[in-house]
Amino acid sequence: MTFEIFLQHLSNAVSLGSLYALIAIGYTMVYGILRLINFAHGDIFMLGGYFAFYALTTFLMPWWVGFIVAIGLTALLGMSIEKVAYRPLRDSPKVSVLISAIGVSFLIESLGVVIFGGIQKAFPIPDLFGKVMMIGNIYIVSVNFFIPVIAFIFLVGLMYLINKTKTGMAMRALSRDHETARLMGIDVDKVIAYTFGLGSLLAAVGGIMWGMKYPQLYPLMGVMPGLKCFIAAVVGGIGNITGAVLGGLIIGILEIMTVAFLPDLTGYRDAFAFILLIIILLVKPTGLMGENLAEKV
Amino acid sequence: MYMLRTDNITMKFGGLVAVSNLNLEIKQNEIVGLIGPNGAGKTTAFNMITSQYTPTEGSIFFNNEDITSYKPYEITKLGIARTFQNIKLFKEMTVLENVLVGNHLRVRSPLILSVLRSPMYLREEKHMVEKSMNLLRDLNLDDVVNEKAYSLPYGKQRRLEIARALATDPKLLLLDEPAAGMNPQESIELMNFIHEIREKFDLTIFLIEHTMQVVMGVCERIYVLDYGVTIAEGNPSDIQNNPKVIEAYLGVN
Amino acid sequence: MEREKKIRVVLTVTAAAVAVGLLVLFNLILDSYMMRIVNLCGIYITLALSLNLIYGFTGMFSLGHAGFMAVGAYTTALLTMSPAQKEMNFFLEPIVPWLANVEWSFLPALLMGGVVAAVAGFIIGAPALKLKDDYLAIATLGFAEIIRIFFTNMQSITNGPLGLKGLPPYTNVWWTWGIAFASILFMVFLFKGSYGRAFKAIREDEVAAEAMGINLFRHKMLSFTIGSFMAGVGGGLLGNLMGTIDPLMFRFLLAFNILLIVVLGGMGSITGTVISGIVITVLMEYLRFLDGPMDFYLFSTDGIPGLRMVIFSIMLMVVILFFQKGIMGNREFSWDFLFRPGRFKKNSVEGE
Repeated sequence: MTFEIFLQHLSNAVSLGSLYALIAIGYTMVYGILRLINFAHGDIFMLGGYFAFYALTTFLMPWWVGFIVAIGLTALLGMSIEKVAYRPLRDSPKVSVLISAIGVSFLIESLGVVIFGGIQKAFPIPDLFGKVMMIGNIYIVSVNFFIPVIAFIFLVGLMYLINKTKTGMAMRALSRDHETARLMGIDVDKVIAYTFGLGSLLAAVGGIMWGMKYPQLYPLMGVMPGLKCFIAAVVGGIGNITGAVLGGLIIGILEIMTVAFLPDLTGYRDAFAFILLIIILLVKPTGLMGENLAEKV
Repeated sequence: MYMLRTDNITMKFGGLVAVSNLNLEIKQNEIVGLIGPNGAGKTTAFNMITSQYTPTEGSIFFNNEDITSYKPYEITKLGIARTFQNIKLFKEMTVLENVLVGNHLRVRSPLILSVLRSPMYLREEKHMVEKSMNLLRDLNLDDVVNEKAYSLPYGKQRRLEIARALATDPKLLLLDEPAAGMNPQESIELMNFIHEIREKFDLTIFLIEHTMQVVMGVCERIYVLDYGVTIAEGNPSDIQNNPKVIEAYLGVN
Repeated sequence: MEREKKIRVVLTVTAAAVAVGLLVLFNLILDSYMMRIVNLCGIYITLALSLNLIYGFTGMFSLGHAGFMAVGAYTTALLTMSPAQKEMNFFLEPIVPWLANVEWSFLPALLMGGVVAAVAGFIIGAPALKLKDDYLAIATLGFAEIIRIFFTNMQSITNGPLGLKGLPPYTNVWWTWGIAFASILFMVFLFKGSYGRAFKAIREDEVAAEAMGINLFRHKMLSFTIGSFMAGVGGGLLGNLMGTIDPLMFRFLLAFNILLIVVLGGMGSITGTVISGIVITVLMEYLRFLDGPMDFYLFSTDGIPGLRMVIFSIMLMVVILFFQKGIMGNREFSWDFLFRPGRFKKNSVEGE
C-alpha cells in the first residue's frame, strides 16, 4: 500500500469517525442527564437525512435552506419524542424507559418504510459537496473534507453552549442530580427537552452528511450507525462529550483501517464495534474518559 | 477469642475517607452498638463487614477466619446476616417466600431435582417451610404469611427483614437502625425482642441505632464513630459521660 | 382440604385433556395455513417463556435472544439435513467435512440445538451478566449481532448469506405444542421451588438477595443458560417450520416480537406469556393483510409494507406507557376462584 492510498483511507476514516462522533454526542448527552439509552437516536439520524432529501427534491429548496429546515424539524421531532414516550416514564424502572425507546425506534423505522418506501433513495448532493478535490497526490471527494470541518464547528459551538451558557450550566447540573437541580430553580423538563433537541440536531447534521457521503437513504440506515455510535459513547465514557467524540473517531478509524489493511475481514466490519464494546465493558466499564461512581447500598 | 474482629479497616471513596482505622472486637453472645452522628460511617462499616464494600485497607476476621475478600453470599454462608437501613425486602414476593429465600443457601438439591420434585428436594422444601413458619410465628408475622411484602405496615416490614435474616441461620446478626420510625412503645418492645432472639437463636448482635433509649437499654458495649474515626468505646454509662461523645453529638460552643 | 386438592388435580388434568383435544381437532379440520399459525403459537410460547425466565423472573434485561435462536436453528438444520441437501445448498464453497455426512433424527437435533445455544449462553453470560439493566441489554444485543455477523461469514459451515434451504419438514403440532407444554410445566415447577424463588429474589433486589446468601453470579448464569437452551430449541423449531433459514431472519426484529409478547403478557407471569403468545402470533398473521393490497370503498392501495410493524411498535409503547403490568402483571391463573372469593390468587402457580 502506498502512502497516498493510506492517506486516502485515512481521510475516509476521519470523515466516518467524525460522523460517528456527531451521533455519539446525542447518546452521551441524553444518557448523562436521563441515564437512558435513546434507542431511537439512530432513527432520528435517518429522519434528518430524509427530511433534507424531501426539502431538496419535493420542495426544491436551495440546499442550505433545505438543510436548515431539515435540521430544525428533526430537532423538534426529537423533543416531541421525549415528551410523548420518555417523560411519562421518568419515575419508572430504567428498563421500562428503554423498552419504550425500543418501541419508538421500531415505530420510526416502520413508519419510514410506510411513508418513504423501503427502496433506497439517491441523495441529491449539492455541487459544493460532490466535487472531487486533489490535495497533493490524493483525491478526496469534497464531502469527506467538509465532514470533519463541519463536525468540528458544531463541536466548538456545543462546547461553548455547555460551558458558557446558562442552559449549558443547567444541563451539567442535571447530569449530577435532578432533585438538587430542581431545588436550584432549574426547569428540569425544559432542560431535558433542550438536550433532546440538541442531540437530535446533531444527529440530523450527521444524517444529512451521511446521505451525501454514501449518497443513498433507506429507512433502516440508522440502525447500525445508531448502535455503533452508542458503543462509541460507551467507549469514550458515557456522559462525557469529549469521550464520545474520541470514541466515534476510534470506531470510525478502526472500521475503515481494518478493512483497508485486512481485506479478508471485510465481512466482519460491523462486528468490530461490538467486539470493542465487550472488551471495554469488561476491562474498563466507565470508558476511556468516564468517572468512577461507586454504587450506593 | 473474638467472634468478629476488624483490624484497622479503612474505606475511602475517592478523596473522601468514610471510615478510617476502625478496630472492632465483638465477643460471642454480646450485644454491641455502633452509634455516631449522620454520615459518621456506620453503615459503611456494616457494608465492609458484609463485604458489600471491600475495605481500602485493613482486614476483617470472623471466628479467626480472614473474610476481607469474601463475597457477600459467602459471608452469609459463614453465619453473618444483616438488615438494611432502608428496608430491602423482596417486595413483590409474599412474606413466606421472603423467609424461604433466606433458606435457599442451605438447599443441597440441584435445580433439576427441584423441578422434578424429587423426594430429596421435597424433604428439603418441607423442612424449609416448617422452619420458616416457625420463624414467622416467633416474630408474630404468622397472620400475614401470604401477603405481599410491600403491603405490610412499616413495623412488620422491619420484623420481616429480621425474620428473613434469621432464616439464614446466622451466628452474628447485624441490624442497621432497627428502631427507625418506631414510637417509644414499639422501641421498648424491640429491646425486649432483641434480647429474646439472642437467647432463642444463640446470637451475637451488632447494631446501628440512633434512638438513644434503645442503644443504652439494649447494648452491653458501644462504639462511637464521628467522621469515620472511632472516638469512644465502652459500656453505656461510660459513653453517656464521655466528653468527646457529647461534643460530637451536641457540637462545641 | 384433601378434597379440594383432588378437585384441583382433576380440573388441571381435564384442562390439559381439553387442550390436547383441541389440538387434535385443529389438526383434523384446519388447513395448512391455519395449522402453521397454530404451530407458530406453540413456538412463540416457548420462546417468550425463555425470555420471561431471564427478564421477567430473574430481572436480567437481555436483547440477545435472536442470537440464541439463530444458534439453535442452524444447529438443528445442519444436523437434520440429508447429505444430498447439504451438497445442493453449499454450491459456493463445500461444507466442512465433519458436518457433511451427519443426518440425525429431529429430537436429538433439536436438543443439540438447545445445548449449543446453552453453551453460547454460558460463554456470553460469563462476561455479560456482570452488567445490569441497559448495559446488559446493549451487550447482549451486541453478542447477538456478532453471532449473526459470524454466521453470515462462515461460508463453509452456515452457507453464509445464502442460508439453508430445504430443511426436512418434521415440525408438526405435536412437536411445537409438546415442547410448549414441556416449557410451561418446567417453568411452573421451577417457580414452585427454591431456585425459582431465588431467581425472583434477584429480580426484586440484588443486594438483598446476595445478603441472603444467594450466589448471584451462579444463579444468574443458571437462569440465563436455561433460557438460552429454551431459545435454542425454539429457534430450531422455528427454522424447521419455515423450511428455510438465513442470517437476516435473526435480526433484532425477532427479539422485538418476543419482547412484545413478554411485556404484553406481564413480566413474571407464565399464564400471561401463554395468553399473549397466542394473541400476538394470531394478530401478526391476521394483520398481514395490512402489508398487502387493500381495497377500501373509496380507494384502494397496492399494499403498504411496514404498516403491520407500525401497529406492533405502537402496541409495545401503549403497554409500557399505560399498562405496565400487561395482561396478568405477575399473577398466575389458578383454580382458586372456584373455591374462594377473589378471582386470581396472587403470585401462585398455575394449577396449584
